[in-house]
Amino acid sequence: MNHVQALIDAIGEGAVFALIAVGIGLVFGVLRLINFAYGQLIMVAAYALAFPGNWPDAASIGLAVLAAVVASLVMERIAFRPLRTADPSTMLVATFAIAYLLQNGALLQYTYRQQGGLGDSIGTLSGLNQAVTIGSLHIRWVTFLAIGAGLVSLGGLALILTRTSIGLQMRAASMDFRTARLLGVKADTVIMAAVAISGVLAAVAAVVLSISSTSVNPTTGFQETIFVLVGVVAGGIDRLVSATLGAFAIGFAIELVGTELPNSGATPFTSNVYMPSVIYLAVIVVLLLRPAGLFARRGQRTVERV
Amino acid sequence: MRRTTWLQELLAPIALVALLAIASSLWVSSADQSKFQTAIVYVAIVAALYVFVGNSGVLSFGQVSFVAVGAFSAGVMTIPAGTKPGVLPTLFPLLRDHSISNVWSLVLAAGLGGVYAFAVGIPLMRLSGIAAGIATLAVLGITYNLLTYWNSIGPGATTLSLIPETTDYWQATVGAISVILVAFGYQRSRFGRQLRAAREDPAAARAAGIDIHRQRLWAFTLSGALSGFTGGLYVHLLGSIQTNQVYLDLTFLTLAMLVVGGISSLLGAVVGAIAISLFTILLGNSEEGIHVFGWGIKAPAGTSLVGVAVVMLVILLLRPAGITGGREFSLPSTFARPRLRSR
Repeated sequence: MNHVQALIDAIGEGAVFALIAVGIGLVFGVLRLINFAYGQLIMVAAYALAFPGNWPDAASIGLAVLAAVVASLVMERIAFRPLRTADPSTMLVATFAIAYLLQNGALLQYTYRQQGGLGDSIGTLSGLNQAVTIGSLHIRWVTFLAIGAGLVSLGGLALILTRTSIGLQMRAASMDFRTARLLGVKADTVIMAAVAISGVLAAVAAVVLSISSTSVNPTTGFQETIFVLVGVVAGGIDRLVSATLGAFAIGFAIELVGTELPNSGATPFTSNVYMPSVIYLAVIVVLLLRPAGLFARRGQRTVERV
Repeated sequence: MRRTTWLQELLAPIALVALLAIASSLWVSSADQSKFQTAIVYVAIVAALYVFVGNSGVLSFGQVSFVAVGAFSAGVMTIPAGTKPGVLPTLFPLLRDHSISNVWSLVLAAGLGGVYAFAVGIPLMRLSGIAAGIATLAVLGITYNLLTYWNSIGPGATTLSLIPETTDYWQATVGAISVILVAFGYQRSRFGRQLRAAREDPAAARAAGIDIHRQRLWAFTLSGALSGFTGGLYVHLLGSIQTNQVYLDLTFLTLAMLVVGGISSLLGAVVGAIAISLFTILLGNSEEGIHVFGWGIKAPAGTSLVGVAVVMLVILLLRPAGITGGREFSLPSTFARPRLRSR
C-alpha cells in the first residue's frame, strides 16, 4: 500500500461524502433543519435499486430516484411542514423518529419475506467496481463516478440556484425565510423543490454507495450520514460549498487516517481502530477555533460564541 | 396556595415514578418487571439529560458519553476481584485487583461522570447551537471508540459480564427520585435560574451580568455527574453490557423522550421517559400476543419498533412543544389563584 494509492482512495471516499453532503446542505439552507433521516432516504433508494432484480440499469436507477423523491416529499408533507414553526429540537427529533421508522420498516420486511440474513444484493452498474491499473496504482471506476456525480450535482445545483426562478426563491428563502415570504415567495413550493432535489441526490448517492458495497441492508447509509453531518458542520453549514468541502475533507481524512495508521496496537491513537477518535478530535478543534466552520467566509459570524 | 406551588411541581414527577414502581411491582408478571425497572432507569437518564439540555436550551448529543463512563466504571469495579483477572486480564493492575461495593460504585460513577463532563465542558461550553451539538456528538464518538478498543480500562470489544445485578425496584426508584430531587433543586437555585434566563434571551442575560459560559459549565458538569450515576444504575440492572448499548441508539432515544415529554420542564423529562417506555413495553408485548376482550392479537416481530416511531411522530405533530408543553405541574385553576395571562 503506497501513499499515492492511499491518497487516491481518500479522494474517492471524500467524493462520496461530498455527494451526500449536497442534499443535506440544500435542505438545511431552506429549512434550517439537520435531517438525520437522510441516511435512511439513501437506504430507501438502495432498496429500490435492489427490488427489480434484473431490470436494465437505467430503469432501476429511475425507480430509485422515484422512490427517494416520493419518500422525501412524503417526509416533508407529514413531518416537516406541520412542524416548520415548532422549536428546532422538535423537528430534529421528528427526523430521528422518521429515521427509526424507515430503518425498522426495512428490518420488518425481512420478517415477512422469511429470507435468511439481512441484506439484498444490488447488481446495478456492477462493472464500475472494476479497477483501472496505472503502474502500481488501482483506481476503481466508481471513484470517477463519485467525483463526477459530485461535481455534476454541485454544478447542476449551482445552475438551478443561479439561473432559475425557483433557485432564486430558494436562495432568498435560505437567507431570510420570513422576508422572502413577504415578497411573495411560496414557502411550500420552495421547500418541496429543495426536498425533491435532495431526494434525487440521495438516489445518486445510493447508486454510488451500492456499486462498492454491492448490497443493501437496514443500516445502509447510516454511518456515512453521521460522519457527513459532522463534516458539513465542521466545514460550515451556512453555505453549500463550504458544507460540501467539509464533508469531502472528513471522508478524505477517514480513509487516509484509516490506511496510514498501523493495524494493531491497543493503546489509544496508535492504531487504525482509533481512526474515529482522531477524526472527532480534529472536528472538535476545528469547531472551537472556527465555530462557523473551517471553510466559512472570514468575518462571517452566524454562530456566536459565549 | 401560591407558596406551595414548588411543592406541587416537585411532587408530581416523584409521584409518577413512585406510582410506576409500585403499580408494576404489584400487578405485572415477574417476567415483565425488568422492563419496568428499565423504564425507571430511563426516567433517571432523561432527567439527568434534562439538567443540561432543558435548562440551557443547548442540544447535547454527548450526555450518553457520561452514562457510558458511569456504566463501565461501575461495572468494571464491582466484578469480584477474585474472578476479574480471569475475565479481564488486560486491565490496568489497579482496576484489575480491586473491587468496590454497589453503593461506592455509584458514587464513583457519578464522580467520574462529573469530572469528565467538567473537563470536556471547559472548552466545549463556549459553543452554541449546531456547533455545540456536533462537538458533543464528537465527544460521544470518541468515548465510544476509546471504550470499545482500549482494553486496559474496560472489556474492549467484548461484553462486560458478571456484574452484580444490584439494581432492583428499590435501587432504581430511589436512584431516579434522587436524580429528580437534585435536578429540581438545581433548577430552582440561583445558578439554574441564571442559566434558564440565558436560555430565554442570551443578550439580556449577559447584560444582567450572567456569565453564560460558567453557568452552562455548571449545568453540564452536574448533568454529567447525574448521567454517570444513572449509568451505574443501568449497568447494575443489566448485569452485562456492550459499548453499543450506550451509544447513538440510547442518545436518540433519550433525546426523543425528553422532547416528546416537553424539553423545558423536569415533568416533561419524566413524562416523556415514562410514556415512550410504556408504549415500547405495550407494543413489545403485542409481538408475543396479547388478549383484548377475548381476541388474541399477535403482531409480527419488529412491529413494536416501527410502532414506537409512529407514536413519537404523532405526539410531536399533535403537541409540538411536548406532552407537558414544557411546563411543570400545577393543580387545575379551580384550586389555584386566578392569574392574568400575559400572552
